Amino acid sequence: MAIYEQMNRQPANGRLSDVEPERIAMRLLIVEDDRDAADYLVKALREVGHIAEVAHDGEDGLAMALDGDYDVLIVDRMLPKRDGLSVIGTLRNKKIETPALILSALGQVDDRIKGLRAGGDDYLPKPYSFSELLARVEVLARRRGGRGEETVYRVGDLELDRLSHHVTRNGSEILLQPREFRLLEYLMKHAGQVVTRTMLLENVWDYHFDPQTNVIDVHVSRLRSKIDKGFSQPLLHTVRGAGYMIRDGAR
Amino acid sequence: MGPVPGLRGVLATRVETARAGLIRTDPVTALGKLFRTTTFKLTLVYLTVFALFAAFLLVYFALNTRRLVTEQITETVDAEITGLSEQYRQGGIRRLVAVIEGRSRRPGSSLYLVTTFAGEALAGNVGSLAPGILDKPGWSETRYRRQEDTESAQHTALVRVFQLPGGFRLLVGRDLEERERIHQIIVAAGRWSIAIVLILGLAGGLFVTRRVLHRVDAMTETSRTLMAGDLSGRLPIAGTGDEIDRLAENLNIMLERIEALMHGLKEVSDNIAHDLKTPLTRLRNRCEEALRGAHSETEYRAALEQTIDESDRLISTFNALLMIARAESGQARDNMVECDAAEIAQDIGELYEPLAEEKGITLAVEAPAPAPLKCNRELVSQALANLVDNAIKYAGPAAARPALPALPPPAGSDETPDHETSVAVAVPCGTADAAMRVPRIVVRAENSGGRVLLTVADNGPGIPQADRAHAIQRFVRLEQSRSLPGSGLGLSLAAAVAQLHGGELSLEDNQPGLKSIIALPRDGPVQMRNETAGQDVS
Repeated sequence: MAIYEQMNRQPANGRLSDVEPERIAMRLLIVEDDRDAADYLVKALREVGHIAEVAHDGEDGLAMALDGDYDVLIVDRMLPKRDGLSVIGTLRNKKIETPALILSALGQVDDRIKGLRAGGDDYLPKPYSFSELLARVEVLARRRGGRGEETVYRVGDLELDRLSHHVTRNGSEILLQPREFRLLEYLMKHAGQVVTRTMLLENVWDYHFDPQTNVIDVHVSRLRSKIDKGFSQPLLHTVRGAGYMIRDGAR
Repeated sequence: MGPVPGLRGVLATRVETARAGLIRTDPVTALGKLFRTTTFKLTLVYLTVFALFAAFLLVYFALNTRRLVTEQITETVDAEITGLSEQYRQGGIRRLVAVIEGRSRRPGSSLYLVTTFAGEALAGNVGSLAPGILDKPGWSETRYRRQEDTESAQHTALVRVFQLPGGFRLLVGRDLEERERIHQIIVAAGRWSIAIVLILGLAGGLFVTRRVLHRVDAMTETSRTLMAGDLSGRLPIAGTGDEIDRLAENLNIMLERIEALMHGLKEVSDNIAHDLKTPLTRLRNRCEEALRGAHSETEYRAALEQTIDESDRLISTFNALLMIARAESGQARDNMVECDAAEIAQDIGELYEPLAEEKGITLAVEAPAPAPLKCNRELVSQALANLVDNAIKYAGPAAARPALPALPPPAGSDETPDHETSVAVAVPCGTADAAMRVPRIVVRAENSGGRVLLTVADNGPGIPQADRAHAIQRFVRLEQSRSLPGSGLGLSLAAAVAQLHGGELSLEDNQPGLKSIIALPRDGPVQMRNETAGQDVS
């Protein structure tokens, strides 16, 4: 995280930290046997306005997930009594489709595939940064009711047509490379939400490894120069210590 | 009182006997071991097969000889009967009797007998016959005695009784003694030959088994010392090129790999100790320093940010290590699918192109034709990404600077991402040399025989020949690059990925610069032995 922060210390043009994501309070269930880690998460989530409950083993977690109405489940993979994948699998069998984020010390590609096959919606290897977890949880929660399959995404005066692949700002066309289009599409799909670099790498490039260098930042700044340059109101913001967010700052 | 101690006594004796039996087996072990060997069992099987074959051959031979002799006899007898019945037709019974009398006297003659319909003998050399023979016309085998023989002499003959017109009966036969003798000779020969086959086979089997056993024992001995922990030993090779030699050779290759892995493991743990403990120490020092000296919130904040920064680097080093371990253990082999290397090259090129441009490096992808191969797309992409990342780090204008002491970790952090500006920054900071060359990286995907080559070539300072093999090893970072960020695991991860796919990573001189080549077999990894064979070829 902090590596990126240093790299992204932008020239002082007010793009940093003056934007807050549109946050709606969520109810979360954390199934995690390590009490310290669980307490830390609960505290951190509360600080940003979410409500989190904790179960310390798989059986409790399953019972609570069946009873309560949660927006997102955060499930550790290795749990006492019943492992995380089995908890999610059982919920899915009972037609409970609450989005689930799997946390695991096993971070390799095949572990990830296994986790997603078991019914998980996202997979985050440990150790994770809180901002990464928060961004993913918020995207998962929004997936339920939010922007689904609209054909045109709009943020301020920026418009992206997913069918014709036309992007315009204030009526004038912006020419984008295919990858830049996908990058913008993903950012706009999650407009108002923080999107981390790893999420971009996973969803836009379909890579699940750490490229060690700030490749994503360079792509984003290229995109930024295409959509924000020459406009007084920037739309693509860098969220310090977390990632990026597209948002109409005027609202 | 009585029966109980008695029973005990019996049990005790039984146990004793059993023990004695167990002990007695010990001296037999050498021979027992010999009998239990595969070679010996094979010998026995072969021996049985050969003995059966020999027996079958002899039986076949005996039966055929017998049939041949019998055929000869019947032919002779038939001819005589035809001749004699002709005589009878021409000259009547008198002439027949006369002819038979004449023939009977010749030495080694056939058996003759002419009787009236009542069974009264008229002529011939038969003394006596088994009763009832004359009554059934046609062929029969009978015991007989010649007229000149003594009472006790008994022979066997094959005879034919022929009904002559006028109620006379003619019997002609031949002795079977010759046939019986041939039969006996064959039987005797058969017994001897089977006995010889058995003895020679058994002796040969024992001999061969002992030789093989000797070699296997030598191998067992070596493997014991290997198991005891001395991995430098190798199995003996007799040089005959037979299957045991091949087995030993393959086992030796396996041992070499195990030794290399063990060596690698030791090196890794040493290196982990070094490369993880160093940043951990820095981390700790920084925290201590913050606690001791810093007082303002900004200072605390900065210290914490540095701590996170350091721990992130630790995590990425750790992840890279895990990845290498997984790739080297072959666990990721399950996820191999059909991919196009040209597409991988294009995607990675596209991912890194803006970064390269920002650093004033031209990055070009040369992948004109599809290069299909079976691979783990994610791992191959990562390996290629590491090579490109490396090339950008070491080939850029920054790397051409003669080793400046410790730059702040992110080398490009001061530069604005805009292309125009970055070039403007890049040129003045290079030396005269660096300004002359335009830093350029080429990512190439091509087919080459049964393999697909993924190449990353730069025109930077390169790596001296002597250091190249060294550079692929874990954690090795050549002196000039110490100032740049990264775990130093990029090349070794690429090498591990190549090895996982049954291919290899090689570093070559690009004149000037470095050319890193990942060569992968198109059909994915094959067996271990082919893998080593493939490495020999290249």
